[in-house]
Amino acid sequence: MTSLLDLSLAEARDGLRAKDFTAVELTDAYLGMVEKHRGLNAYITETPDLAREQAKAADAALAAGTAGAMAGIPVGIKDLFCTEGVLTTAASHILDGFKPPYESTVSANLKKAGAVMLGKLNLDEFAMGGSNQTSYYGPAKNPWKAEGSDADLVPGGSSGGSAAAVSARMALAATGTDTGGSIRQPAAYCGITGIKPTYGRCSRFGIIAYASSLDQAGPMTRTVRDAAIMLGSMAGFDPKDSTSADIALPDFEAALTGDIRSLKIGIPQEYRPEGLDPEINALWDKGIDMLKAAGAEVVDISLPHTKYALATYYIIAPAEASSNLARYDGLRFGLRVEGKTLDEMYARTRAAGFGEEVQRRILMGTYVLSAGYYDAYYLKAQRVRARIAEDFRNAFKTVDVILTPTAPTPAFGIGANMDDPIAMYLNDVFTVPTSLAGLPGLSVPVGLSSTGLPLGLQLIGRPFDEETVLRAGDVLEKAAGFSAVPSLVKG
Amino acid sequence: MTYIIKGETGDWELVIGLEVHAQVISNAKLFSGAATVFGAEANTQVSFIDAGFPGMLPTINSVCVEQAVRTGLGLKAKINKRSVFARKNYFYADLPQGYQISQFDLPIIGEGEIILDLPDGTSRTVGIERLHLEQDAGKSVHDQHPSKSFIDLNRSGVALMEIVSKPDMRTPEEAGAYLRKLRAILRYLETCDGNMDEGSMRCDVNVSVRKAGEPYRTRCEIKNVNSVRFVMQAIEIEAKRHVEVYESGGDIVQETRLFDPSRGETRSMRSKEHAHDYRYFPDPDLLPLEFDDAFVEAIRATLPELPDEKKARFVETYGMTGYDAGVLVMEKETAAYFEEAAKGRDGKQVANWLITTLFGGLNKKGLSITESPISPAQLGQLVDLVNDNTISGRLAKDVFEIMLEEGKDPAVIVEERGMKQVTDTGAIEAACDAVIAANPEKAQDVRDGKEKLIAWFIGQVMKATQGKANPGMLQEILKKKLLG
Repeated sequence: MTSLLDLSLAEARDGLRAKDFTAVELTDAYLGMVEKHRGLNAYITETPDLAREQAKAADAALAAGTAGAMAGIPVGIKDLFCTEGVLTTAASHILDGFKPPYESTVSANLKKAGAVMLGKLNLDEFAMGGSNQTSYYGPAKNPWKAEGSDADLVPGGSSGGSAAAVSARMALAATGTDTGGSIRQPAAYCGITGIKPTYGRCSRFGIIAYASSLDQAGPMTRTVRDAAIMLGSMAGFDPKDSTSADIALPDFEAALTGDIRSLKIGIPQEYRPEGLDPEINALWDKGIDMLKAAGAEVVDISLPHTKYALATYYIIAPAEASSNLARYDGLRFGLRVEGKTLDEMYARTRAAGFGEEVQRRILMGTYVLSAGYYDAYYLKAQRVRARIAEDFRNAFKTVDVILTPTAPTPAFGIGANMDDPIAMYLNDVFTVPTSLAGLPGLSVPVGLSSTGLPLGLQLIGRPFDEETVLRAGDVLEKAAGFSAVPSLVKG
Repeated sequence: MTYIIKGETGDWELVIGLEVHAQVISNAKLFSGAATVFGAEANTQVSFIDAGFPGMLPTINSVCVEQAVRTGLGLKAKINKRSVFARKNYFYADLPQGYQISQFDLPIIGEGEIILDLPDGTSRTVGIERLHLEQDAGKSVHDQHPSKSFIDLNRSGVALMEIVSKPDMRTPEEAGAYLRKLRAILRYLETCDGNMDEGSMRCDVNVSVRKAGEPYRTRCEIKNVNSVRFVMQAIEIEAKRHVEVYESGGDIVQETRLFDPSRGETRSMRSKEHAHDYRYFPDPDLLPLEFDDAFVEAIRATLPELPDEKKARFVETYGMTGYDAGVLVMEKETAAYFEEAAKGRDGKQVANWLITTLFGGLNKKGLSITESPISPAQLGQLVDLVNDNTISGRLAKDVFEIMLEEGKDPAVIVEERGMKQVTDTGAIEAACDAVIAANPEKAQDVRDGKEKLIAWFIGQVMKATQGKANPGMLQEILKKKLLG
């Protein structure tokens, strides 16, 4: 049955329609992998019964000719999406036992398109982290290992479970969410594809909020084509989210023409800081050459405010988080630790329910919004954010898409950087500016490090121009011919 | 009108500003589709959005926006075509999201004004600082369990307009007049039912005192005062407290206080350690609220005639005093009643009946104008019966009392009870003759110059005719018979 697991989403879709195999067979193959690699801790909750039920329904729809675009495709859902009647944790102790009586719009859209849900995927607690190590349920592990080492590596984060599952074939595709790089960075660490669409492309309704002005859902898949197919089923205007964009949904898959002749690719000098890993530099140059060879024109550009992006992000995101997480008070759902007074109950519940990183960000966010500090931090950060967005607007006057590395390093060891939050935050340095500007960003696996770990490159596009990003990504992917898989998949 | 507190160190003037929370009339809440009916069973009108569930997002209810703009137009205020919702962050058990969505530095409505009609017939303009939209919180119930509090989220998320006055009022009466006028305007506009008992209109009072010519001194805010009378009392009591503190060498600290009407005092509500830092910031779940001129003009086109315009028209059309007109327009139902009753009649006369007689009658029975057993047409008919001499003014009062009890047309009552005025000269003469014949000495006294006794004779004849004799004719005939 390994052949079924080797299929991409697009191939599986075609095979299901050609009746080469059934959705139940495909689902069972993936459920077998979910069980086999449970040690990776990619899933917080497995839903095999639901998956088989949905697979049967997909087979019926396929037979009836009423199947949607994702019919019978076994996917994992990041455990930040509320799923009706299925435990939803945000990888936090504070949501103990929380089974939402509603479904997020994105997961509902996937359901409607016929997708099969295998379970809920591990993540950093409330999506706060870049290594999946802040999860209350323990870290998900990267299926990849450095050559000659058996040390466990992080899958990246916050969508670490999603990236690990897709990489280890424990899901054909997965949903992720990206606030400062949480789709792209783990995709790069695990050698898969991930796109954070334009802010407003996917509805945030039913996604547990981290930083509302930045959070955006996206697909994590094995190929760029798979990402295009899945994004088409996830995205779309939703009147239940005021920040959802009321614009037509293009046929993303149709955008993959393979033709990027005369496309202008911007290369921002600021993404080549001194001390950047030479391997990353080399990979980037390789990517540039591939696009050039495909007929694209490469243009040097400047994004002068890039160096302020990380600091800006770590003011705005915690500020919003401090307010978004106020609702976890022990009163209506999740964990409650009783106290003699209301204030004592709040304090005990939140002290027990939130992990260290979440508490750190709530404190930072509360601080930057406080009287006397608001202007100096939050307001100034908003002004810098506008400058960063302006940098991109200016750049897109002359280029169509921007190419950068996705992350400054390959995946690192579990346990590393845990005592140094700043070092941890630096992993987001190349992804955060795109998030602040609300632009679409795609990570494509392009090569391996000297230690045999996957490395990715990022393509950034104009607002709501995922089509060009995917088109360039598809060409880059084909040129790179990245076919490596983690040894546990080979075995 | 002046209101001065005479202190040991001189005269003190009051400075008063009011913040009114007016519940918007709308079927659904400000950011969710849940219903807003008052008095529903606890926690039956709550969506997952109102309960602050994970992943839930607010979406603006356009009806509430229209109502705010409508109110802004009624207050002759600046309409801000771009405004921003902000989060006001604080923890409380009946605030499920941990923040209230409100508006902070960019409210939907800017400066406006309200004209107060004062009892002495003068009027005074009070500035409106702003009006903004915000969500209401839920309700904590502390008396249902010995150690626990219960939470009812029916009110959570209901749209409120916070209407902030400038510190332009100087007397408790002005504050009362402001509240009554604001309530009248909101009710005319049908943007708030103004019901202070049900909490759909709540008032926070800001009070300070100062010597003439001084800049403003520190103010205190008295929270949630729930009737016009209590607002006026609270101001008086709080102002006196300020004077006493200043004159005994103390200082007033800016704080929130609670009015206790049973003890006739205000008390500090929050100590400084619990002073809130609300950490306002623009709500990232909501886009700035934007609309165009066409939106505003479409609302303007549906505005009703408002109390001030109606008052001016009543004075102009019916020739009544400004005070009477002011009384009639205070409730739009009263104004409507009046206009219907006055149709084709002397408005001044109808207004007089309405204000002096009908109000008194309804008041005694504890009824509102819309519950009046006497219809506007019937009140008009009663005035007609007096004017065409069918009944005397004196009997008209009796007819009115019967109408109030029985709700019948006045003509029917007059007919049934034979209350028609006697205008037959012969009948009146005969009645006069009988009374004179029975009282020869008194008749002689009149002829001898005691003309005041004529009134006694009138009373006797009236009694004999059960009040039905036309008073003018009776007087004339008696005079002729007694004095020649």
